[in-house]
Amino acid sequence: MSTVSSPRLGPGAARWSRKHLLGLEDLVPEEILAILDTAESFAEISTRSRKKVPALQGRIVFNLFFESSTRTRTSFSLAAKRLSADTQDFSPSGSSVSKGESFIDTAKNIEAMGADVLVVRHPTPGAPHLLAQHLKCSIINAGDGAHEHPTQGLLDLMTIRRAKGRIQGLTVGLLGDIAHSRVARSNIWGLSKLGAKVILCGPPTLVPKAWERLGCEVTHDLDAVLPRCDVVNVLRIQFERQKRGLFPSVAEYSQFYMMTQQRLDSAKDDLLLLAPGPINRGVELTPEVADGRHSAILDQVTNGLAVRMAVLFLLSGRRESRGSSFEETDGHPPGRRPSQAPHPSGSGPGSVGAGDGLDQDRTRSGREGGPGGNPRP
Amino acid sequence: MATIQITGGRIIDPSQGLDRLGDLWISRGRILPMGGSSEEAELVIDARGLIVCPGLIDIHVHLREPGNEEDETIATGAAAALAGGVTSVACMPNTQPAIDTQAAAEFVVLQAQRARQAHVFPVGAVSKGRRGEELAELGQLVAGGAVAFTDDGAPVASADLMRRALEYSRMFDRVIMQHCQVPELTVGGVMHEGFESMRLGLPGMPGAAEDIMVARDIRLAEITGGRLHIQHISTARSVELVREGQRRGVRVTAEACPHHFTLTDEMLRTFDSHYKMNPPLRTWSDVEAVIGGLKDNTIEIIATDHAPHAREKKMRELDQAPFGIIGLETLIPITVTSLIDKGHLTWPEALAKLTRNPANLLGLTNKGTLRPGADADVTLIDPNVCWTIDPSRFRSKSRNTPFGGWDVRGQAHTVIVGGEVRFTRGGIVQQAGAPVPA
Repeated sequence: MSTVSSPRLGPGAARWSRKHLLGLEDLVPEEILAILDTAESFAEISTRSRKKVPALQGRIVFNLFFESSTRTRTSFSLAAKRLSADTQDFSPSGSSVSKGESFIDTAKNIEAMGADVLVVRHPTPGAPHLLAQHLKCSIINAGDGAHEHPTQGLLDLMTIRRAKGRIQGLTVGLLGDIAHSRVARSNIWGLSKLGAKVILCGPPTLVPKAWERLGCEVTHDLDAVLPRCDVVNVLRIQFERQKRGLFPSVAEYSQFYMMTQQRLDSAKDDLLLLAPGPINRGVELTPEVADGRHSAILDQVTNGLAVRMAVLFLLSGRRESRGSSFEETDGHPPGRRPSQAPHPSGSGPGSVGAGDGLDQDRTRSGREGGPGGNPRP
Repeated sequence: MATIQITGGRIIDPSQGLDRLGDLWISRGRILPMGGSSEEAELVIDARGLIVCPGLIDIHVHLREPGNEEDETIATGAAAALAGGVTSVACMPNTQPAIDTQAAAEFVVLQAQRARQAHVFPVGAVSKGRRGEELAELGQLVAGGAVAFTDDGAPVASADLMRRALEYSRMFDRVIMQHCQVPELTVGGVMHEGFESMRLGLPGMPGAAEDIMVARDIRLAEITGGRLHIQHISTARSVELVREGQRRGVRVTAEACPHHFTLTDEMLRTFDSHYKMNPPLRTWSDVEAVIGGLKDNTIEIIATDHAPHAREKKMRELDQAPFGIIGLETLIPITVTSLIDKGHLTWPEALAKLTRNPANLLGLTNKGTLRPGADADVTLIDPNVCWTIDPSRFRSKSRNTPFGGWDVRGQAHTVIVGGEVRFTRGGIVQQAGAPVPA
């Protein structure tokens, strides 16, 4: 595929009809695979010398971050730029939010500036969902409190699938502060839906037993489960949790749960280590493990870009332009949102429901052709 | 004040064990003996097909005045009460400033008189400023009209202060109403702690926070002989603790709110702040236990915890939105839909929890009854009307209800307060001279 200058979309786009990406809990396996397949196509673009495609030319992607973030925001910005969208960051410090403007009013103002997509990070679970109810543009949840961080979950899935060739049947351990982690929740939903077995491991104060009701295995003994794991995702420990009495000290935490070379010796030889970052070297992982042969930490960052390009692309309703090539110019009439554009014909990927995808029938992959079978009418 | 004849209704008065078809006569603001009056009726109300019962009493409402008149005022809250069939409310003291002095209690009484809607009885604070440190002037509050005491919104966290409050209030035979919740177990909580909170990543408030304080306070009531009333009971274990306390002879009563016998924490999956209240919506087993407590009369009272909040406050991120929902105008239909239609309670059983029992709790001897000579507060309920709850039609100043759009059965039709028709949906009240329906 790398030799083809104009890559075609995988079957992914045809399986996508949603307007928002709020969490992986809402998605069916076909939709998750649609994003992953689309991301694979975009990953190829990142290997070219000219990394930009005009897919979202003329669109505006707003980063609305009510919580500090460097990695995720940068990744979304770069993803949008590679799709030729205009991007703008908004963060609340020094803004009208500090003057008492409500969160919804702030977002409505940004929408009024013409935003097509709002990438939202907020400390409160459900905040992006609230915006999805009150705004007309697409909302991407870039992390809502301890609830979900769907693009992180997706990039973890992509990294695992690239390394292992599959998700189904793998045993994946999530290690650390599950209770307060949006990354954990998105991983749990994504992995479970794609058929992996999920083991949650950490101290009882940070690993809710209630997850067993969703089919996860809950344990507090890392050494007992590590040999069974194909993948371990090492979650960050926030030091303020210690002050709230959830564990006695960082030193004790590390003693029980730090991923060391010694522990790795008991693991499978092809164990894949993920960490959403930012990592605390010497707390969750030793430096040699973080930089060692099992670690896929930097692959995650690279894949994150592809996943976010895929999500931006799919949510922007690109499929309705009927073309499947990234090189094609945007064929929408000026002033018209692609989601409102009429369907040129009743067949092909463009016929998949436009507009509010949330309530519409999801198109199953089976309705479209196989890989590469993206018909051009 | 007119002489009123209410004809042909199903008269239900739990205080007299009454449930029969008949006429009810009212004159000069009082209930007349059955069988009528020597005087001619000046007003005739055709109550055929309706239930005629003592005016409902809601012992747990927030009227927000003084201090938060953007949410509700005593006048709008008392009007909402009438539209919900409620003729007397007891309002909580968590206003700005708190109702913790005689003057503050008298202000509530005065504003209610000016409004001429439902009767409003102030509940005084247990502690000065509701800070949980020193007892408020309970005796002077009684003199100002307070019918009970509570720091509701916050629990009396100090076991010592709670003990003294239960002891001291015995002088006035007034009940201490407690919002039972160990504060340090619920810091930052938004919803019930359990499977759903874990799934949504929202900070939880464990049911045990309620159970522990219910257990503590029952024991304190036992050693002091004081009267304890558990507000808005919401957990299975708390219901069991009250049941067991009552069996031992402790003076403990409890109330349940319609949302706690109707909704569960699963509703929070919508992230809609109309499902955020304190105590939070719990699980189905808790809902079933609350219904069980209502059935065996462990829970003697149904109250709404009517908690108005202006739209702009409730339309916030879930952790910033305030706790609470309004309830006065949905009290009857939700009670019918969740309890009567499901076969858990009969009409007389449900009405006992809305008339006689709350009157007894607050010592309102002339209310909650249709006994001859009692205050002529009467509610006529249409038990069969099916309607869709439309918050935009509420008389309350706020709209924060999770029941908007629900298709329900049962509604207050006409409400008489002190012998005056103060609310009616029309069509059945006739002036003298008009032909009396057969």
